[in-house]
Amino acid sequence: MNSTATSPAPDATQPLLALRGLEKRFSLSGDFLEQLQFKGGKLVRHQEHVHAINGVDLDIQRGEALCVVGESGCGKSTVARTVMGLITPSAGEVHYAGQRIDDLSTRQLLPYRRRMQMIFQNPYASLNPRMTIQQTLEEPIRLHHPDWTAQRIKDKVGDVMQSVGIDPDWGARYGHEFSGGQRQRIAIARALAVDPEFIVADEPISALDVSIQAQVLNLLMEAQQRHNLTYLFITHDLAVVEHFGTRVAVMYLGRVCEVAPTATLFARPRHPYTQALMSAIPRLEDDRPQHIRLEGEVPTPVHLPSGCVFHGRCPHAERRCREEVPTLIATDDGGQVACHAVEEGRIG
Amino acid sequence: MTTLTNRPTSRWERFRDSYLLYSFKRDLIAQVSLLVFIVLVAAAVLAPWLAPMDPYDLTQIDILASELPPFWVDGSDPTYLMGTDAQGRDLLSTILYGARVSLIIGFGAVAMQAALGVCFGLLAGYLGGRVDAFLMRLADIQLSFSTLMVAIVVGALFKAIFGGGTFSDYAVPLLVLIIGLAEWPQYARTVRASVLAEKGKEYVDAARVMGLPSRRIMFRHILPNTLSPIFVISTVQVANAIISEAALSFLGLGMPETQPSLGSLIKSGFDYLQSGSWWITLIPGLVLVILVLVINLLGDWLRDVLNPRLYKG
Repeated sequence: MNSTATSPAPDATQPLLALRGLEKRFSLSGDFLEQLQFKGGKLVRHQEHVHAINGVDLDIQRGEALCVVGESGCGKSTVARTVMGLITPSAGEVHYAGQRIDDLSTRQLLPYRRRMQMIFQNPYASLNPRMTIQQTLEEPIRLHHPDWTAQRIKDKVGDVMQSVGIDPDWGARYGHEFSGGQRQRIAIARALAVDPEFIVADEPISALDVSIQAQVLNLLMEAQQRHNLTYLFITHDLAVVEHFGTRVAVMYLGRVCEVAPTATLFARPRHPYTQALMSAIPRLEDDRPQHIRLEGEVPTPVHLPSGCVFHGRCPHAERRCREEVPTLIATDDGGQVACHAVEEGRIG
Repeated sequence: MTTLTNRPTSRWERFRDSYLLYSFKRDLIAQVSLLVFIVLVAAAVLAPWLAPMDPYDLTQIDILASELPPFWVDGSDPTYLMGTDAQGRDLLSTILYGARVSLIIGFGAVAMQAALGVCFGLLAGYLGGRVDAFLMRLADIQLSFSTLMVAIVVGALFKAIFGGGTFSDYAVPLLVLIIGLAEWPQYARTVRASVLAEKGKEYVDAARVMGLPSRRIMFRHILPNTLSPIFVISTVQVANAIISEAALSFLGLGMPETQPSLGSLIKSGFDYLQSGSWWITLIPGLVLVILVLVINLLGDWLRDVLNPRLYKG
């Protein structure tokens, strides 16, 4: 195991990260005693779950920025946290560079921790308020390079701070002395400090001012070029996706409904949900006044609909959509879509 | 950290600019309380040098000089400023030594409670699940016995097994142990609640993503962020522990008469209250009340400053 962890075979065709049938359920019913209920004079155990993600398949290739989009509660963040091992999946597998990592112990995961890092949504909560910036940045380096000298660690911290545009002289300050944008830069520096090859960014700019968002986004793209990074980028901002993403995965109710190269997806969305999503982007010169209006609400993830999760709101739904769960199938323009209507050629 | 350079403000400067000091300067009650507390602690710590005589030294005790009243009452002896107790010990000296015993037990017991409670609270809050359920049920069970009952049972057992002489020798560590063991759930619950709040924050996730071991996340990342409530309940708990010790001593299960704490002094004077020697009980009682009062007032102030929403423990 060690040999594969430290020296991965540079296989160009192998995806860096592969998710296979990933599922995560969160229990709503509390502990065992709270699950017991009287029903019809009998004591029964009753459990309810939120199906945050159910059956996600995704491949991320080296060097790309895969954006995951979807509305609130569709499981984007759960995917990110499961990939990073913050949540253990209820079913399915996570493979990193060909090695299954979701069932590894904390100790076995350590070599992967250096190679994959995460940037969080809220820069006001992601820095420990009781630690100086210097301490925050030194900690991961010290953990992953126990043989480094104090001077070498210090130099490295200075380098990463410089690379994100933070003056290294500010290292003795605490997180609360910085603005939101600066904090997010520091959080990015922390992720870059161990020279990772893969970064999961969970809505890294949605908590920032619009004027700061572009700066941080450019910083992320700059870092990608300099360190040849691969991103899993969670967002709900389609403008950011268009600017940033190599490929886009659209999620709805815990499932991936479409994956396609960014330009293809924006030019020709295939899945009915993606089409509705794209038509909702506000444009300056609105040459497409016909917004697709979806009926109804997103179903609760506690009681999932049968078949395709989108069938209740889909204008093209048929009997098959209500009964059979669609799987991702390759399209002619390089994407994948999970839709019976597209498969049958009923819609373009 | 040793490698820090270019520190913009020193620790002292940060303290000088802090809200803690600012509000302290504006709160007369806190200032007076701290002053009285420092005077009492200093007097207790320096008792061997301050006290006119050593109450533990039998050669200095004159039984003929027993039950002398304090200096402002007729029939007093100017050698004994606060009078003497039933065994002829100088009351002022005995109070100073007694306050020392009370404070040692108070702080020792709280240190013990805090060590246990913080560890259990961190484990329960951070690990959750079965560990949490087990530790918190343990805390519930522990809380359902009153401190006094636990102390009475343990103290009585110890006395029965090892005899009164051994008990006298080990009375201080034993009382620290008993009061410390009986009250750890207070800390565990408070710490657990804070840990649950902190655990959901992203800096903890960031530390986990880094690959830090749980122990380091708990003690290096979460614990420093739960210190405010710990400080606040510590003040209340010191006062509680001193009271508990006094109550135990009053019941005859605490400090023996030969090395009296404030509580056992009050008790020893209680037998002479009816015969007119009120000072043996009243003066140590007053010292105890003042000591506990200033600690509680300081705790109140600290709670207002550090955490206005915390439940008054």
